[in-house]
Amino acid sequence: MLQVGFKLLFAQSHITGAEFAGPAGQSDGLEALGQRVAQLPRDAEIVLYCGCCPWAHCPNIAAAYRRLRELGFRYVKVLYIAHDFGTDWVEKGYPASTGG
Amino acid sequence: MRAALSAFGLLALMSVTSTGQAAAAQAAAGAQGDVAPTAPQAGNVAPDFTRTDLDGKSRVLSAYRGKVILLNFWATWCAPCLAEIPRFSAWQQRYGPSGLQILGIAMDDELDAVRQLAQRDHLAYPVIMGDVQLGQLYGGVLGLPLSYLIDAHGRIVERYRGEPDLKQIERRLRVLLPRPAAP
Repeated sequence: MLQVGFKLLFAQSHITGAEFAGPAGQSDGLEALGQRVAQLPRDAEIVLYCGCCPWAHCPNIAAAYRRLRELGFRYVKVLYIAHDFGTDWVEKGYPASTGG
Repeated sequence: MRAALSAFGLLALMSVTSTGQAAAAQAAAGAQGDVAPTAPQAGNVAPDFTRTDLDGKSRVLSAYRGKVILLNFWATWCAPCLAEIPRFSAWQQRYGPSGLQILGIAMDDELDAVRQLAQRDHLAYPVIMGDVQLGQLYGGVLGLPLSYLIDAHGRIVERYRGEPDLKQIERRLRVLLPRPAAP
């Protein structure tokens, strides 16, 4: 599970077990994502999430999904976070961790 | 951008999972996680902090007692935040003489992007770079935009998350101003 949002958001709270991959809405973030998955088999199951802001305004999630599909990953899922990570994950009591 | 996201939504329809499904998977794996900080509630004194703004001036929240504060967490990558900023600048100019002080807390990872935007858009109020500690102080800034309306006694009046009704905020802050605003 990869968080493709912003470092400051990730450091405050992220899904337990998720890795920070970089903000995919920015060119350096997209590059970091590519490097993170470079050694993975193309049939690896990958879940992406962001939650930086309301879904329709997220600058990262679509770019990350497209890049992984372009790289040939067939089993990519996107976690739908309608409002933001705090509202739709942390406040619902789902597992979250700080740091990183 | 909206069109691109809509197209993406259709494309990804079969591949989107829900927060509930993911949570179940995490719980089944035995993940515990940390205890999340709690956001300060209305009626409580706003957590105090001291930070240096983009101009190098020290900003202490409690030093603004006697003024109404709109504490706005935002970022350059947050489209709804950018839509609010011109209104906030206008409010600062209009209601500043009546006792309003807006403080922007930028939650960007990079200072340069914030500095460029602040200069380009001529923000009429101070901007501070956010950090993990400041975010945790306010319960975790885990989504933007996020604003707190704070009265002249330093107490939180309202917490606004997501895309708020700016007219409603303006009505609310006008009532709180220590000196009447021009009609």
